[in-house]
Amino acid sequence: MSHLSVLRRSFLALATLAALPALAHAEDLVWLSTQLRPLEEATKVREVILKGAPVKPLYVVDEPAPFTVRLQAELAANKHSTSLVGALHGELQPFAPSGSAAGGLMPLDDFAKTLADRGIPEKLMALGRYGTAHQFYIPWMQATYFMAANKKALPYLPNGADLNALTYDQLAEWAANIQAKTGNRMLGFPAGPKGLMHRFFEGFLVPAHTGGAVTAFRSAEAEAMWTKFAGLWKSVNPNSTNYNFMQEPLLTEDVWIGFDHVARLLDALRQRPDDFVTFPAPSGPKGRAYMPVLAGLAIPTGAPDVKGAEALITHLTRPATQITTATEVGFFPVVDAKLPTDLAPGIKLAVSAINATQNAKDALPVLLPLGLGSKGGEFDKVYLDTFQLIVLRGQPVRAVLDRQAETLRKIMTDANAPCWAPDAPSAGACPVN
Amino acid sequence: MRGRFAPYLLIAPSVLFLGALFLLPLVQTIALAFQEGSAPGFGLGNFARMADDLNFQDAVRNTFRIVLIVVPLQLSLALVMALMLGHLRRGRDIVLWIWSIPLGISDLAAGLVWLALLNDRGFLNSGLFRLGLIAAPQSYLTYETPGALLGAIVLAELWRATAIVLVIIVAGLQLIPKEYGEAASVFGASPWSIFRRITLPLLKPSIQTALILRTVLAFEMFGIVLALGGRNIPVLVSEAYNWQYANQDYGVAAAYAVVVMALSLAATLVYLRVLRPARGQMP
Repeated sequence: MSHLSVLRRSFLALATLAALPALAHAEDLVWLSTQLRPLEEATKVREVILKGAPVKPLYVVDEPAPFTVRLQAELAANKHSTSLVGALHGELQPFAPSGSAAGGLMPLDDFAKTLADRGIPEKLMALGRYGTAHQFYIPWMQATYFMAANKKALPYLPNGADLNALTYDQLAEWAANIQAKTGNRMLGFPAGPKGLMHRFFEGFLVPAHTGGAVTAFRSAEAEAMWTKFAGLWKSVNPNSTNYNFMQEPLLTEDVWIGFDHVARLLDALRQRPDDFVTFPAPSGPKGRAYMPVLAGLAIPTGAPDVKGAEALITHLTRPATQITTATEVGFFPVVDAKLPTDLAPGIKLAVSAINATQNAKDALPVLLPLGLGSKGGEFDKVYLDTFQLIVLRGQPVRAVLDRQAETLRKIMTDANAPCWAPDAPSAGACPVN
Repeated sequence: MRGRFAPYLLIAPSVLFLGALFLLPLVQTIALAFQEGSAPGFGLGNFARMADDLNFQDAVRNTFRIVLIVVPLQLSLALVMALMLGHLRRGRDIVLWIWSIPLGISDLAAGLVWLALLNDRGFLNSGLFRLGLIAAPQSYLTYETPGALLGAIVLAELWRATAIVLVIIVAGLQLIPKEYGEAASVFGASPWSIFRRITLPLLKPSIQTALILRTVLAFEMFGIVLALGGRNIPVLVSEAYNWQYANQDYGVAAAYAVVVMALSLAATLVYLRVLRPARGQMP
């Protein structure tokens, strides 16, 4: 019955997709986005963020993999229906000059000059150039991951611990204190099927202890780190392997401390701002690693409505729209927009954590994986499998690291992906030492 | 002339439809399973990666465990329920309808119903707590309680899908002439004897159909496992799903699909052979 249902469903989906251009007006500008996918967020885009826009686009969302396939297909068939795309830096990278589907994005150099007064930091604009002289996307919004804790957990903080400057050891001690005094495991991680646990490993835990995501994967520091993390996991709520969005268990008080993307913590902060505190992710021996998430707006080559797309980008990068985006969906401005002081308390909590993360003395930004193309999913799987084998199944750390390093090496060579910050740049595929 | 070809002409549209929408993707999936990315030619690379994966053995073990527990239980339950139905004089239709209600909801929805019952803040824990039997919520659905998790899945499957077997058995029972049973009881046979020597053998074709259907569906079980266990209890189809969407490796996902298909075919052949109606018996 499952196979037939899936087939039937895919047939219906195909039929609907085929009918879509006929249903939509021929003049509707299609804005394809991989961000703000859940229904509530997409509705906020359509109803709030796009209010007052000069063009009313058809806002279409897609998961990253189908997004890439769709754009590649349009490029290859020379049949263009999408005028504007919004996606993460890494998701647009295949269409940049150095990517596997180069030539997919229109250079926006002249248009970018009209946005010079927005105050977008040069660092972010530089990311949008992918190392060339041309601008391929305009930064749209940014986010990161941080931690939130119920105020009930604060009395159990270890002595001398500064909430805004915790180390992983102190986090482990904190969780262990709670377990010892209350008998419950109140630390949670988003290790569910749709959770972002792989980003925790790629952008936070591993780089904080080894200085990078890839090159030092099987180093002695990594071995020590995994052993420590297996110890920390003893104080973690076992339902963590079911958590996809940490806001839910935080609201039900299944856990008191949680780590997640800002967009997946915001509900809890908004509903009960007086019950929570937010703080940056902990630091390790190599610094306070964190993963900034940058989304950009780009115009595919051959887009049917370039003027409309540019007008939309202008609207979306206006300070007022950027502030609305921040307050509605928790993705923060890239432009010089002073967030109003009368922000909702929940948003204030998120802003304070993001600021504390970005301005920490030992902050170590870790880029999202770059240049992996279709191997992105397998790259994430390496970290998740390492976690599964060492922490959940208790296998010997050295053996697991060596085996997974082999898989990682193969992925990096197959994708021919160079190292990304903070790993030292490499000529050719990033090595796993 | 037209009379001879008329049946084929009439069947042609549905055969073409099924062929295009079912056979063609089936052949393509099998081909996908034996191709490795963009490399030309066929090979067993995807199957090697599938077997090497950390979850493969667990997926096979869990799938077989669930099938071997659920199918016999459901067959026995359905037989008992069908026989009880036969004794009802009034309200038989209502009882049959109530027993078939779970058939109307999707397996994911059924999984979510049982998730609401069994998770930490679910009805079961609330009820036990109120009765004073437990002091704190008990976890049944985590990786630390694999036995309880398996039990929960078996329970949810029993609740949802016994009706499939029941409906087929009820139809089969209705085909058995009452005269046989009456004649046997006139000759002094006990109800158990009647059941064992008359009802069961005459039910063999229905049991065969029900078992084939139920086993094939059990190998494809996905929604309930996903809802109750997430990644804690891998099964073959959930692994295929993960390889397709999370890991974006279509080849290995197709390999899993081929394995499920092979298992289903094997089970069907076994049933067809073992439960073959004896020569001369009523079909």
